[in-house]
Amino acid sequence: MSTNVSAMNPLAMGGDAVPTKMWGIDSRFIAPILITLILLVGQLSFGILESYPQTLTAIGVCIVAEIILSYAVSGKFPHLASAYISGISAGILIRSPEFWPFALCAAVAICSKYVLRLEGRHLWNPTNFAVSFMLFAAPFSVASLSIQWGNNICAMMVIWLLGSVIIYRLKRFHITFTYVAAFIAFALIRSLWTGHSFLAEVAPITGPMYQLFIFFMITDPKTTVRHSKAAQIIVVLAIAGVEAILRLMENVHAPYYALFIVGPIANLIDIYWLSRKRTVSEAAA
Amino acid sequence: MNKFGRIFAVILFIALLSVPFWLRGSYSSPQVQVDSQAALDRYGFYFTEVANEIGVKFAHTSPRLDPKLDHIMPIIASMGAGVSVVDFDRDGWNDLYFTNSSEGSKNALYRNNGDGTFTDVAAPLGIADLNSRENGVSMGAVWGDFDNDGFEDLLVYKWGRTELYKNNGGQSFTRLEDTGFPAWANINTAIWLDFDRDGTLDVFLGGYFRESLDLWSLPDSKMMPESFEYARNGGRKYLLRGLGNGKFEDVTAAAGIESSRWALAAGSADFDGNGFPDIFIANDYAVSELFLNQDGKRFVAAGETSGVGFSPKSGMNASFGDVLNDGRLSIYVSNISEEGILLQGNNLWVPRQDKTGGLKYDNQANNFGVELGGWSWAAQFGDLNNDGTQDIFLTNGYISADKTANYWYDYSKVTVGHNAIIGDAANWPSMEGRSLAGFQQKRVWLNDGAGRFNDVALAIGVKETLDGRGVALVDLWNRGVLDVVVASQNGPALIYKNNSAPGKNWIAFELEGSESNRSAFGASVTLYWNGKRQRQDLTGGIGFCSQNQRRLHFGLGTSGSVEKAEIVWPSGKKTTIESPGVGQVHKIKEQ
Repeated sequence: MSTNVSAMNPLAMGGDAVPTKMWGIDSRFIAPILITLILLVGQLSFGILESYPQTLTAIGVCIVAEIILSYAVSGKFPHLASAYISGISAGILIRSPEFWPFALCAAVAICSKYVLRLEGRHLWNPTNFAVSFMLFAAPFSVASLSIQWGNNICAMMVIWLLGSVIIYRLKRFHITFTYVAAFIAFALIRSLWTGHSFLAEVAPITGPMYQLFIFFMITDPKTTVRHSKAAQIIVVLAIAGVEAILRLMENVHAPYYALFIVGPIANLIDIYWLSRKRTVSEAAA
Repeated sequence: MNKFGRIFAVILFIALLSVPFWLRGSYSSPQVQVDSQAALDRYGFYFTEVANEIGVKFAHTSPRLDPKLDHIMPIIASMGAGVSVVDFDRDGWNDLYFTNSSEGSKNALYRNNGDGTFTDVAAPLGIADLNSRENGVSMGAVWGDFDNDGFEDLLVYKWGRTELYKNNGGQSFTRLEDTGFPAWANINTAIWLDFDRDGTLDVFLGGYFRESLDLWSLPDSKMMPESFEYARNGGRKYLLRGLGNGKFEDVTAAAGIESSRWALAAGSADFDGNGFPDIFIANDYAVSELFLNQDGKRFVAAGETSGVGFSPKSGMNASFGDVLNDGRLSIYVSNISEEGILLQGNNLWVPRQDKTGGLKYDNQANNFGVELGGWSWAAQFGDLNNDGTQDIFLTNGYISADKTANYWYDYSKVTVGHNAIIGDAANWPSMEGRSLAGFQQKRVWLNDGAGRFNDVALAIGVKETLDGRGVALVDLWNRGVLDVVVASQNGPALIYKNNSAPGKNWIAFELEGSESNRSAFGASVTLYWNGKRQRQDLTGGIGFCSQNQRRLHFGLGTSGSVEKAEIVWPSGKKTTIESPGVGQVHKIKEQ
């Protein structure tokens, strides 16, 4: 997650340009508004949060860490929308009875942005890195969000529709659409492979965790490849494919780990290609 | 880019990544098995498991329900191992009643022979053969003197027909017909209480599966909860007002207790201090519910306003204890905790008065150290080492089957699904002999008196990892200590005999109502000694499918005297006993 909204502008996005404004609102605020909406709908309807203080801890740590590290590394005051999204995502996606995992997850997410980078780009989606790390390293106190949206299909539809519209306007709907289609296709394959009902295999994508995953994590402009739309579609297919394999291995955290594995590999290849392309064009010039 | 800033970020990053590895050690259980003398020296007691030795050879078995559920039968037929304590023949020795659940299996009443041995007398007394396809199978039992004749009668709640047996002077039992209980319901919790304080016991029954379901003959497979957190398609609740003659009238709707959540445990006590017993319900797949009794006629739902009815979990236990020795009852609700997968955490609802004087609870389970107990079932409060504070014995474990394969992935996959998916058993992947939260270590949390509990289970001899369900605390040998009885699902009952170090005093009270119901359910005793005070309430069923001894047992530590005991009877009368003698059971009749 941690959509780096500062990158949501035509210059930063190369050929994958997105509008600087949507409905008269600065694009950088669209993602924070959407994720806040998801949080509020989820919490007020069903109480999806572990607790408000824990989520606020995650948001607070993210913002403080972003300010400190931005000053330390670049000497600039950062735009805080990205940190806000990271914090709110960490606050929703991890579950723990304690406070420290929320603080640590938030700090790791922000710190990873400043450390795990190459040629000015993140290799991992910061929140994906942090959540995966917490699930791997601290299972004694951390689990992932694993609840459903309850029985109110309206709340779910609102999020899906609004999320889709926003992602479409941000020109990233092809990523979300491809992933959902691939998930359903792989669910069918898994169903045939395991003999479990197709609905059981599809069930996870109806939960709120996936709504955050498909609207924020895999579409993060900073950590998706920039080569072309086709490349983005190939990458997201690879994520869904690796996730399907992990699911066949009965890994409970399959989507996080799939993105954790595929994301940096795709970014490294993307960086290499773009760098070669730049070298060739510079040589031609 | 600032080079030093980058170095700072790298160092910080590495430091952050190392944190979980530093903390990991503090989460692993430090306890090891120690010899009995070391346990006595360190904790003041240890347990010895003696069930076989004393003649309690009860083993629970599960039912075989509709074949449509065969692929997940261990998940569905996962309850029914209940235990309740009673002195059914009033000989001064506590006896034990165990419920069984497979069709044709026998419940057992182990009569305490007073010489350290027990004999199953359920069959000759007519309360053994209660489990059948036609009439349903037992989920638990609670004892209460509904006719105020001095002998505790037996209520067995079932997936099927709830049964009431009149105790004929401890010599035999008679099954009562036309009681007013539901003809068929899937009940998983029942308690005796006197909600209208008329001196006659009433009954609360909590349904789990909806009552229209005959689990042996399902119309289809759509019988699962519609949600893992927000399910309301469970069984209805029954508040049945006792008429004293073995008849009960259904006053549920009039009393305002309308809920179709999946109830697993209920308990009753006067939480708000208005003199009328309230009802707390721990629900599976949902939030807990608290119904505050207004005037003996009408209840008001106070789950959300009090704080206990928010953040849905998998409530499986409701028990009450004065954890801070401040005269207030906290409520302990058990839930599910599995490393890295599902960390609901148990809830310890500690009361506080808000500024408006309303009843509010805060979940202090984490601060008190009683949050993570595995797939937790029954938990009971009691002073296990007589040090003057209330400890917790918790049993756990869901399905112990194949140790090398577990069902967690498939379980977590389907439980996040929409109601159309989770609600249909046909969508649940087959278990195929796999375990789910099996082979778990029970918890024995000792209260240090300063707001912290420490798990000493292994160190004091509780090492069995059978799938526990019911837990009852009882002084089985009249020694002034609390022994522990655990009912295991698909396994043998366990009896932990308490071996206590000398030097700790105790006092106990056996109450008998006169204007109040004779069982004195709903009475509370607050004991004052050595600058401390502790409240205990007499309940007609508490925990998960469990009932403790009626005797209220207080540890006193090294204190050799008690200032006073204040008794509040269900009728509202109060009795104060000045300087009651220690080391004895005080039999108090309501005057």
